[in-house]
Amino acid sequence: MSAAEQMDRLTVGNRNSRELLIFTVGHEEYGIDILKVQEIRGYDAVTRIANAPDFIKGVINLRGSIVPIVDMRIKFGLGEPVYNQFTVVIILNILQRTVGMVVDGVSDVIQLEPGDLRPPPELGAMVDTAYIEGLGALEERMVIIVDIERMMSSDEMALVDASNRG
Amino acid sequence: MSIDMTQFHQVFFEETEEHLATMESVLLAVDLSAPDDEDLNAIFRAAHSIKGGAATFGFADLAELTHVLENLLDRVRKGSMALTASMVDLFLTSKDVLQGMLAAHRGGPAVPAERVADVAGQLARLAAVDAEAPVEAAAPVATVRQQPEVWTLLIELDADEKAGIPDLLASLATHGALDVLMKGNEETAQPWVVRFTSALGPDEVSESLAFAIAPDKVRISLDGGVEDDGEFGLFLDNSLGSGALGPAASYEDDGFGLFEPLPSVEAAGSVGAQEEDGFGLFEPLPAAGTVGQGDVAHEEDGFGLFVAVPPPPAQTAQPERPVAKSDDIVAPAARPQAAENSIRVNIEKVDLLLNLVGELVITQSMLTQSSQVLDPALHERLLGGINALQRNSRELQEAVMSIRMTPIAFVFNRFPRVVRDLAGKLGKQVELKTVGENTELDKGFIEKLADPLTHLVRNSLDHGIESPEVRLAKGKSAAGRLTLRAFHQGGSIVIEVTDDGAGLPRERILAKARERGMTVADTMSDVEVWNLIFEPGFSTAAEVTDVSGRGVGMDVVKRNIQSMGGRIEIDSMPDFGTTMSIRLPLTLAIMDGMSVCIGEETYVVPLSFVLESLQPQSGDVKTIGGRGQLVNVRGQYLPIVALGDYFGISGHIANPEQAILVIVELAEARVALMVDDLIGQQQFVVKNLETNYRKVDGVSGATILGDGRVALILDISTIVRQNQRGAAALSQAGLLEQ
Repeated sequence: MSAAEQMDRLTVGNRNSRELLIFTVGHEEYGIDILKVQEIRGYDAVTRIANAPDFIKGVINLRGSIVPIVDMRIKFGLGEPVYNQFTVVIILNILQRTVGMVVDGVSDVIQLEPGDLRPPPELGAMVDTAYIEGLGALEERMVIIVDIERMMSSDEMALVDASNRG
Repeated sequence: MSIDMTQFHQVFFEETEEHLATMESVLLAVDLSAPDDEDLNAIFRAAHSIKGGAATFGFADLAELTHVLENLLDRVRKGSMALTASMVDLFLTSKDVLQGMLAAHRGGPAVPAERVADVAGQLARLAAVDAEAPVEAAAPVATVRQQPEVWTLLIELDADEKAGIPDLLASLATHGALDVLMKGNEETAQPWVVRFTSALGPDEVSESLAFAIAPDKVRISLDGGVEDDGEFGLFLDNSLGSGALGPAASYEDDGFGLFEPLPSVEAAGSVGAQEEDGFGLFEPLPAAGTVGQGDVAHEEDGFGLFVAVPPPPAQTAQPERPVAKSDDIVAPAARPQAAENSIRVNIEKVDLLLNLVGELVITQSMLTQSSQVLDPALHERLLGGINALQRNSRELQEAVMSIRMTPIAFVFNRFPRVVRDLAGKLGKQVELKTVGENTELDKGFIEKLADPLTHLVRNSLDHGIESPEVRLAKGKSAAGRLTLRAFHQGGSIVIEVTDDGAGLPRERILAKARERGMTVADTMSDVEVWNLIFEPGFSTAAEVTDVSGRGVGMDVVKRNIQSMGGRIEIDSMPDFGTTMSIRLPLTLAIMDGMSVCIGEETYVVPLSFVLESLQPQSGDVKTIGGRGQLVNVRGQYLPIVALGDYFGISGHIANPEQAILVIVELAEARVALMVDDLIGQQQFVVKNLETNYRKVDGVSGATILGDGRVALILDISTIVRQNQRGAAALSQAGLLEQ
């Protein structure tokens, strides 16, 4: 057996699994595709944008680009929107755009096997179920897996001009 | 010492591009009836530099063609041949072929051999015709000289360990007989002196040496025992002049008393200048002053030998290695530098730099913030250092940001040629005028602008400007005028293409639109009608020419402009002309702005709108109907817009008499913007808010302040317009409301 085949055998189990970044908002755990995550950083002073929805905190200067910051705690109505040195911002790369997302905390990165993915529930959650891909069952934990790209580009996030949506 | 020449190829390519561009622009500008010597010299110099570089780097095809071209140019320059329009055309064609060859060397498609042969043939014919003319004996040899004369040169090289002179001499020795008369010693500042007998003339030798040694460290003179011929005498007369002869004579007289530096600084300088001219590869073109003097006119005639002549068998022994070594290396004397000193850098590196500086500024502001709690008395040095860091990093940021900005001249410069060629092809007379070439915009725009602008210019020439007869019949001058203008306006950069031609044919556009099944009405406004030409496949040209008329183009132009976030507008009047304005947003453009503070927030007002700032006296502020506030500015009542209310900022000053009013003007409308305080005036790099976010009312973009924070840039036109609309609504007449 060649080395390449060995590698294949080793990785085949993971081929269909996805890596998810798990963050918490309030007591809920959410998972997003880790490939959409550019970086995780602290919360800087933002520049407020007039007439924006309250969950859009404003824009920051991220190494020269102007990046809007969304507070998911306000958006979901969960947790306390306090801003201190422990506040975490996940910088996402979505549709060639960069968006920052304030969450309560980032817990870990998990491998999700396809078998652990449950279909989204029908009940109304804080998040519109349209953006929920499914629920991940990990031992005792339940992770809400969000299609972050669809959610961030949706009308209700008001991040993207209707005319610019690709 | 072996040098990997390929590492210089990129430099050569870029230099050559530049030389070709110079050649073209000068050729286009040259006045045939009274060509300026300086222009002719410039063209010649460009050709010469290309040839020198091409030969050195082994691009024989380039070198051959330029050689022929250069000979012709030289004769034109020396006045032995008159410059004619057909020659200019031929030269321009040669330039195109050369550019093609260059592109081929860079991996592009090869230039068809017949095209090269055709141009070379034409050049050769031109050279041959003129060679018969009874001109001075300097008739250049277009082909390789049959019987190379022998030059015996004395070469003196400053000893310099780093220059690897022995290796250099060894390589020189492969081209002729080399006698080392004296070995250099760096410690005693004793130069190397060699006698070199070969087919290479002094300038060729100096050129080849100049690749390895600074020109001011080399002195070349003619040995007394030279086998002279007519041409050589000419060389002395023409090029070096009596001043340069001095050192040669002194060599002979002193019996090689060369241990001291040459007495004649001027003569050495002239050789230096000669080398510089002949070898423009790593140098910008020499300053005009240097070349203007006749002393640089050296005999390029023999240059072709540099590559073409088979080297005579090496006769000399290898020179011995110098033993001298010294730390005291004399820096090469400063050489005259042209004003347009530039280096070429990959744009990605600049962007990386920009981002890094951004990070640095953030770090610096963090330091500044944390240092504020420190006791100034105890930490004086630290705080001083942080202050200096702040200043330096801000300057660094500004400097780096300005790197990306490029004058629009880079786009405009191509149009003299385009217009000339097209006008010739269409049988029209066109005068091209460019205004505002120095308007700076982002490098990214510059590249994307070239295609749309070319389309517009071609359209103007083809459809806009009439043929001379028609123009005369209309009472216009025979030559049409085409103006390219760039300027900043209202937070945008506007680029206009204006012609004084026939204007857009309204009826024909409408007819065409109907023909294509579009729903149009005769009552459509002009602007609506003009916009029809941006529809895909729309062309009103009566006949399709190879210039334009196929109806691809305007829609592409519009798409290109839109992809840059800009828009295009048309203004046209029958028989008066057409103006196409491209309006680009200020993305990444640098803008002068005034930063103001409102409550806790900072905003930037584009300075181009600002007339003045004032603090109103008590009593100057009036109200209308208890709501709208007006301020009396020298008898004029201006409406006050409280930006704090407009943007919903908490904690801003509400009383105009305590606040600052910034008077802005937009198309005759004046408005007083009420802010808490003015912070300062500086240049801001405008960032697009829509890259990652969406359009925000009243905000045209964002910028990054010196401390790394983001400030929003006010969109004065929206604010003023909304204010007018609000006023109109308030007046409840509703007549003004749109």
